[in-house]
Amino acid sequence: MVDLAMDGDTTDSNGLLPLALEAVSYRAGDRALIDQVSFRLEDSRRTVILGPNGAGKSVLLRLCHGMLAPSDGTISWGGSAPAATIKRRGLVLQRPVMLRRSVAANIEHVLKIQGVARDLRRGLVNAALDQAGLEPLAQRQARTLSGGEQQRLAIARAWLLEPAVVLLDEPTANLDPGATRAVEELIIRLGATGAKILMTTHDIAQARRLAEEVMFLHHGRLLEHRPAVEFFAGPRDPDAADFIAGHLIR
Amino acid sequence: MNDFSNALSTAFALVTSLDPDLFEIVGLSLEISLSAVVVAAVIGLPAGAALALSRFPGRRPLIIVLNALMGLPPVVVGLIIYLLLSRSGPLGSYGLLFTPTAMVIAQSVLVTPIIAALARQTVADLHEEYDEHLRAIGSGPLQRMATLLWDGRFRLLTAILAGFGRAIAEVGAVLIVGGNILHSTRVMTTTIALETSKGNLALALGLGLILVTLAVSVNAAAMLLGETAHRRYG
Amino acid sequence: MRRGNTRLLWRWLMFSVLVVAWLPSLATAESITVASTTSTENSGLFEYLLPKFEADTGIEARVIAVGTGQAIRVAKNGDADVLFVHHRPSEDAFVAEGYGVKRYAVMHNDFVIVGPASDPAGISGGDDAARALAAIASSASTFASRGDDSGTHKKELSLWQEAGVDPSAANESWYRETGSGMGATLNTASGMDAYALTDRATWIRFGNKGDLVIQTEGDPVLFNPYGVILVDPDRHPHVNAKAGQAFIDWLVSPRGQSLIGDYRIDGQPAFFPDATGAPQIE
Repeated sequence: MVDLAMDGDTTDSNGLLPLALEAVSYRAGDRALIDQVSFRLEDSRRTVILGPNGAGKSVLLRLCHGMLAPSDGTISWGGSAPAATIKRRGLVLQRPVMLRRSVAANIEHVLKIQGVARDLRRGLVNAALDQAGLEPLAQRQARTLSGGEQQRLAIARAWLLEPAVVLLDEPTANLDPGATRAVEELIIRLGATGAKILMTTHDIAQARRLAEEVMFLHHGRLLEHRPAVEFFAGPRDPDAADFIAGHLIR
Repeated sequence: MNDFSNALSTAFALVTSLDPDLFEIVGLSLEISLSAVVVAAVIGLPAGAALALSRFPGRRPLIIVLNALMGLPPVVVGLIIYLLLSRSGPLGSYGLLFTPTAMVIAQSVLVTPIIAALARQTVADLHEEYDEHLRAIGSGPLQRMATLLWDGRFRLLTAILAGFGRAIAEVGAVLIVGGNILHSTRVMTTTIALETSKGNLALALGLGLILVTLAVSVNAAAMLLGETAHRRYG
Repeated sequence: MRRGNTRLLWRWLMFSVLVVAWLPSLATAESITVASTTSTENSGLFEYLLPKFEADTGIEARVIAVGTGQAIRVAKNGDADVLFVHHRPSEDAFVAEGYGVKRYAVMHNDFVIVGPASDPAGISGGDDAARALAAIASSASTFASRGDDSGTHKKELSLWQEAGVDPSAANESWYRETGSGMGATLNTASGMDAYALTDRATWIRFGNKGDLVIQTEGDPVLFNPYGVILVDPDRHPHVNAKAGQAFIDWLVSPRGQSLIGDYRIDGQPAFFPDATGAPQIE
C-alpha cells in the first residue's frame, strides 16, 4: 500500500478513472488469494502488475473487472462499481476465447452484444481488422489462427469500442518471441490512443519493455507500487529485488 | 431370401415408374415429419439452452426427466394425444383427430425432448468454454443463449437430424392419431404396416428400403448444406 | 454480409413448411369419417368402392380401419360419422344405447377356417365349424386367434362356446392370442403353421399364405353379415349427418349394391349384397 506520486497528467475522458481499491481481499476456502490490497490508479500510463506464478495477479485483474466479487473491501472505477461499468473496459485473457466463426464475425459479435446498429458495424469491424493487421485473415475460421494471431484478434476485439481502459492477463504467456513482439507492439499502439493499459505478467523482461508503472504482487499482497524506472533501478521490497534478479522466491 | 430380392425389384419399379401413390405417401411423410421437427426445434432449442444456463431448485431432476423423455414410446404418446383430441376429450371441439395436424402434434411431442436435451448438453459445454469471454464483454442472458446456440450449430444440426430420424421412422403415434386414412393420413411407415398386415411382404420391405434411402438422403443433404455453409461463412 | 439474406431465406422456408403442414387439414371437399374394420379394409373393398362414391356424390369418405371393438368405441366417442362393421349383436347394442340412428344391412360374406396343409387336427374338407374347433383343441394343434375384440374375434369365441371348449381357460400353449388385425394374425399363423379363423375376402387377398389352405367352410354359422349405421347427431351434434346418410343411402342403393356384388378378388366374388327395399339414389 504505497502511495504513488501523482505526475499531474490525468487523461481520462470517460470517467472510469481513478481505479480505487480499498483493503480488498478475496478468499477461496480459508486461503486468502488476495490479501488487503489497496491502491489508486489515476492516469493513463501503462501499468504492469508483476509477480511470480500464483501471486494472485489473474484474480486481482478479474476482481477489478467485476468478474469476481471481493470478500472484503471496495473497488470503484471513477466512483462506479466494476460490474456496472464492465462494458466500458476491454479484457484480453491469456488463452483467448475464439468463437466458432470467422475472424471478422468474432469482432462483429462484440458489437452485436453492445447493441451497435447493423449499418455501423461493418465499418467498425474493418477498422479493427486494419488496426491489428488482420485484414488478410478476415474470413478465416478464428480457431484455425496461430496463437499470436488469435491474441491479436482478442486485442482487436478489446480495442473495438475505444475503451478507456484495457485489462490484459498474461497476454503473451503462451506465445513465441515473434508473436510476442507483434502483440506487444499492438499493446503499445493501443495505449498510445489514450486507453489505460493494466496488464499482468510474470515475465520480468516484458515488464521492463512495457511498464511505465509497476505493481509488485506476491502471495496476494501488494508489496510495491512505483513508477517503472524507479522500481527497476532498485526495488525496496527484498522479495521484489530477488525476483527481478532472477531468483525463485517462495 | 426371395423376399429380399423381390423387395429390391419392387422398390426399384415403384421409384422408376414414378408411381403417384408412392409420391403422395412420401410427400406426406416428409411434410409431417419436417413440420414436427421445425416445431420441436422452435420450442426445444431455446428451452434446452435456457435449462443449460439457468439455476433453480429442481434443475437437476428436470434434466434427468428431460433426458428420459427422449425415450418416450411413440405408441403411448399417440394414445395420449388421441385421448386429448377425441371428440369426447378435452380438445375435441377442434376436430383435429385423424388429420395430419394431429400427426404433427404427436411427432412434435416425440421430437422436442430429443432436441431440447441435446441442446442443453451442447449449450452447457459451450457455456463452460465461453463464459469468461461473454461475461467480460457484458453479454445479457438472451444474447448469451443466442451466441451459444449459434456457435453450437453443427452439434445442434446433428440433434435436429436425430429428431427427424425419430419422426420419420415411427409408426405408433401417427397410426393412432392419424388413422392411416388413404390419401389423407397415410404415410410411409403406416403403409408399410398395412402392407405387412396384408401379407404383401416384398412390397412392405421395398417401401422400407425407400424410406431408409429417404432418411439417408435427408441426412446427407443436411450435412452437405452444413459443410458448405461452414466453408463459406464459417 | 450475406447472412441477412440467408436468415430471411430460412424464415421463409420455415413459414412455408408450416403453412403446407396445416393445409391438408383444411377439408376442401365435403368429407365424412367412416369407422370400419381391418378385414373390410384388407379385402380391398374400400379402395374399389369409395372413389366411385366420391365421383357420384362429391363426398370424400375417409376410412379408419381398426378392430370392430375399437371402431365402435371411435363411433361412440363421436370421432366418426358412420360405423361400418360386421358383428350384429354389437351393432344392435350400438343403436339400442342411442349412439346410432338405424342399422342397415349392406352385404355379407363368410368366414373360413384355414390351417396348415399337413392338417394335424384332421379337419380338412369338413363343413362343421364347431366340430373342427373341437378337433383342434383335442389335438392341441396351434391356433392363432385375433384376441382383439373384433367382429372376427367375437365370432371365433362364439364358435368355441358352441364346441364346448374354453381355450384360454387352462392357459393352453397351443392357443395364441395375437391381439392384432386379421392380416397380422394371418402372418403369425403362416409363420407358426397354425389354424386360424378368417373372413374369406381377406384370405383370398392375403399375400403370405405360406403353407396354409382353407380347411373348413360352408357352415351356415360362419355367415358374416355387414351393417352400416349413422352415428346419432342428437348424441354428437358435429356429426355430418347429411353426408353420412348419403353414404348409407348410396351403399344400399341398386348402384352401390351392384358394385359390391361385382367386386372380385382373384376372379372370385368377395361380398354378397344384402340390402332390401333401399331408397333410390340419383
